[in-house]
Amino acid sequence: MKKDSILAYDGSFEGFLTCVFQTFEQKLNVTAIYTEDNIQQDFFSLPEPVITDLKKASRVKQALKTKLDSGGRRQLYFSFLSELPGIELQLLQYIQLVFNTNNFSTGDYGNPVILRISQTSKMVSREKHRMEAFVRFMLTKDEIYFAHIEPDFNVLPLILPHFESRYADQKWIIYDLKRKFGLFYNLQETNYISLDIATRVFEKNYQSSIYSVSEIQFKELWQQYFKSTNIKSRKNLKLHKQHVPKRYWKYLTEKSSLHN
Amino acid sequence: MSFERIKEKLDILADAAKYDISCSSSGSKRANKNKGLGNSDGVGICHSYTEDGRCVSLLKILLTNHCIFDCAYCVTRKSNDIKRAAFKVQEVVDLTMNFYRRNYIEGLFLSSGIFKSADHTMERLVAVAKKLRLEENFNGYIHLKSIPGASDELMLEAGLYADRLSVNIEIPTISGLKLLAPDKKYEDFIKPMQAVKEGITQYQSERKIIKSTPKYAPAGQSTQMIVGATGETDRDVMYSAAYYYKKYEMKRVYYSGYIPVVDDSRLPALGSPVPLLRENRLYQTDWLLRFYGFDIRELLNEQHPNLDLDVDPKLSWALRNRDLFPLDINRAEKRLLARIPGIGMKSVHKIIQARRFRKLNWEHLAKIGVALNRAKYFITCDSSHWEKRELSSERLKGMILQNSSGKFRKDHGTQLMLFS
Repeated sequence: MKKDSILAYDGSFEGFLTCVFQTFEQKLNVTAIYTEDNIQQDFFSLPEPVITDLKKASRVKQALKTKLDSGGRRQLYFSFLSELPGIELQLLQYIQLVFNTNNFSTGDYGNPVILRISQTSKMVSREKHRMEAFVRFMLTKDEIYFAHIEPDFNVLPLILPHFESRYADQKWIIYDLKRKFGLFYNLQETNYISLDIATRVFEKNYQSSIYSVSEIQFKELWQQYFKSTNIKSRKNLKLHKQHVPKRYWKYLTEKSSLHN
Repeated sequence: MSFERIKEKLDILADAAKYDISCSSSGSKRANKNKGLGNSDGVGICHSYTEDGRCVSLLKILLTNHCIFDCAYCVTRKSNDIKRAAFKVQEVVDLTMNFYRRNYIEGLFLSSGIFKSADHTMERLVAVAKKLRLEENFNGYIHLKSIPGASDELMLEAGLYADRLSVNIEIPTISGLKLLAPDKKYEDFIKPMQAVKEGITQYQSERKIIKSTPKYAPAGQSTQMIVGATGETDRDVMYSAAYYYKKYEMKRVYYSGYIPVVDDSRLPALGSPVPLLRENRLYQTDWLLRFYGFDIRELLNEQHPNLDLDVDPKLSWALRNRDLFPLDINRAEKRLLARIPGIGMKSVHKIIQARRFRKLNWEHLAKIGVALNRAKYFITCDSSHWEKRELSSERLKGMILQNSSGKFRKDHGTQLMLFS
């Protein structure tokens, strides 16, 4: 039997698929997969660096297409974007199941690996939906609608199509402060960008330098609406927090000034 | 326009609109045309939630709270001494566009007090929607109120711009309506409903022949009933709801626990608690009708005119129909799985898929997400353990209540009976 291997890759989905390719090609017994900047040193074995290879990645994608329906492939990609510790190894086990089982089905919920991936992708899909709801744009003086977020999972690639088709007639940026990259739509197409803003976005001076007075007024109108549409005699803070968990409050126009 | 004045109007007219509880933005597919603004992809989005836990999906406002009617339950009735305001058509258009561009909302829910006449009011509502669609190229969601008594022609036009139309029946019984809204006629509520239903049917059949037929109220129509204002039974409420679902093909019926807004001897006193638990049970019943294949007569009838507040309506039904249980999880057909307490439709689908590959046991069911604290008394699975005692329904209910917690339990703790 081959000895255990640990793989290290660049963190991209293609990089992960290259790990999958290598595992099958060399019949490795993989015990852990880490991203390069998150390597856990193991006393007995050194991590083996895997260099992302788009050709190998696309061969894995092609092979998955023949064995896994679009719903299953979606679950795979969504789960990968969860960035949860150990998710790569779980996904590898899942892919091994896909290729080694006759009549593999994503509905075999009695199998713990399959149930786990189904549940993880559901979590990511909830976060995607939350971000489609919780993004709050502010119009900058140079006519760009700007929003910053810090999602639990890496959902920016997933929310791109939604915002692109909805806000087709305005320029906008959605920036992920945690992962330090963003989406910029320039009226033609959406590109990935990186900005150096993380420390300043919450500063009052910085805000008044990039937003106009009318923007602050719209913010106030929205806050007014939020207050007026509430029914006090039905107050239910537990339910409120369940729907809008506290960790998102600082990005929500209607919640932020009330609790700063 | 003055910012302070707009803010004040927004305060008054959002405050007056909030008792209309529908905030749904789902069920309509509208693509973004010619690089305009907005779309609806059929899935609603709740952009925020107020402190009462309700979803904020649409900018929900009245065009005006001036009203010529004097309905006892309504905060904007003419005899109530409150601040009045009115938006101009363009002001509503501007607010909607600006809120939408900032991703605050999915669209607009526009209602109104009735000024001058029903038609006059409906005309203005339609004007807002028309302007948004034709001048601003707005493809977000629009929900318009059908004003009772509005003409069929206006209702037909409204459906061309709005995704959803609704008229609130408010009082579930005709006798209650006579008592609390003496100026309104039952027929006035029904007329716009009928017009919209006919519009939907007509456009759908034309669409089958000519693909380019415009959409007509693609998210259908809905209505709302106030509960707890006139002493009606749950049976009255739900039989009415079942009637509207069937007769007018409603997409949704909403139930709104009465919030005392006025001192009136015909109504519960100011400060009476909102019947939240009852409202919750009515919604559960509504779901059982729409998604679980129940007939309303199974849940509410002459012997059981009101829902059980202690336990959910499905459990309550199961406790009255013990002869159907236990069901074998690995064999029972879908329709029957849906009737097991503690198993929702999502679990039903998961069970049906998963049991094709292996027999499911208690552990599988727990992981799939079945609420075993209720379900375990009504099922058998791939295990030699199941409830073998002959328990009376009363005893069973007591055991389930003891081993579970309910979100309303602290308010109703005194209603529980203790079982050994």
